[in-house]
Amino acid sequence: MTNNTENLAITCNSVKKRFGRVTAVDGVDITIGHGEFITIFGPNGAGKTTLLKMMAGLVRASSGSITVGGLDINDYHDEIRRRIGYISHQTFTYGQLTALENLLFFGRLYGVENPEDRARDLLDQVGLSARANDPSRTFSRGMLQRLSIARALVHDPGVLFLDEPFTGLDQHAAEMLRKSLSILHGRSRSVVMITHNLKLGIEMGTRVVLQVAGKIHFDQPSDKFDHARFDDIYFKTVGEAHY
Amino acid sequence: MSFWSGVLAIVRKDLSMELRGKEIVTTSFFFALLTLVIFNFAFDMSSLEIRKSAAGILWVALLFAGALTMNRSFLYEKENDCLSALMLAPLDRSSIYFGKLISNLALMLISEVFIIPIFIVLFNINVMQKPLYQLAALLLGTTGFITVGTIIAAMSVNLRAREMLGPLLMLPVVAPVVIAAVEASGGMIRGEPAEGWWVWLEILIAFDVIYLVVSWLVFEKIIEE
Repeated sequence: MTNNTENLAITCNSVKKRFGRVTAVDGVDITIGHGEFITIFGPNGAGKTTLLKMMAGLVRASSGSITVGGLDINDYHDEIRRRIGYISHQTFTYGQLTALENLLFFGRLYGVENPEDRARDLLDQVGLSARANDPSRTFSRGMLQRLSIARALVHDPGVLFLDEPFTGLDQHAAEMLRKSLSILHGRSRSVVMITHNLKLGIEMGTRVVLQVAGKIHFDQPSDKFDHARFDDIYFKTVGEAHY
Repeated sequence: MSFWSGVLAIVRKDLSMELRGKEIVTTSFFFALLTLVIFNFAFDMSSLEIRKSAAGILWVALLFAGALTMNRSFLYEKENDCLSALMLAPLDRSSIYFGKLISNLALMLISEVFIIPIFIVLFNINVMQKPLYQLAALLLGTTGFITVGTIIAAMSVNLRAREMLGPLLMLPVVAPVVIAAVEASGGMIRGEPAEGWWVWLEILIAFDVIYLVVSWLVFEKIIEE
């Protein structure tokens, strides 16, 4: 199976999202180059998840535009969704179905050829082959998150969105997930990850972004990361936003 | 992926989940059974009057059992936020609606296969006087309230008071369908001539078409909100 790795740069132009009188995302301009691994930090309620959901086409922007690989997300939703994988702290899996049945279902939704072969291959990759026929409700949190990775990769997406994927994982499971994500990024995928774990985010990402009160306040490559400046902006903006 | 492949994948998934747990069919069947038994004690079975009320009793039992079915089916999508996973898939979003609609309809019809014989025995009523038309009334009535119930279940799935609000929103909207179904089934049970109940079957068809088209048109908006 070949992955969808054609130029999949993501561009957000003046993207805003309002929920009633609350502005969750306030005029974000950001471009995520093909093959980049961006880590987004920010306090709770900063609008990070809303921004990620808009980039994935789950939530419609109130104004502004988002393109993936040059295609507008509102006009080419099916083409874009085929290229996107989304991993959240919610696993997006059905507890009553077995691990294999979950992957078969999502494989069919994405029109994957030979979904059973693909599902078994992915279960092998995430170390769940031995539990393929067990209902996923019997899985530990770490196992569910690995199943969630397999689910997100069933159609071999070129872009991965990760929304706090380490939430609730023990150290061992977190380390397994970290290794899996590094391997995935190595296969020329663009990755956008939200996390509160600064050390992990800087270590894994190629670029660090800080979002506070719906706006981007800091955007720097990880290898030139200025910790003091990040802390300074973080505490100043969080204080001004009255978190 | 084609519209119907998406619908089929969702129906297949829902039915295999139900086959494993049998939660929805069992719950709705026992709820309907309980309703029928209570009415059976409340009415005088030897009276001829029972033939006038029988269709109403049957449809009350089916309607409440159906409300349980629909609430439960969208809760499966709520667990682990699976609804977001469906929305992320390259599917026409109305195929999610039609997938859930067909699953709910299939589960409700399976429950009815068990409920109807119990109704016939408990109330000593011959519903098979006009079997094909009775079946048509049953199918059209069930389709009508499942069509509305599925869209309302989707609307209320994210609400905290969904168990209370779902039926509260659904019952007034489905009232025309239930009234038409009661009149159609009742007319046939009472052995009235076709002119008396045929119009109710036509009304059922009209409401089913209206509900189906409106639900199809609004589902994408509802699910995105």
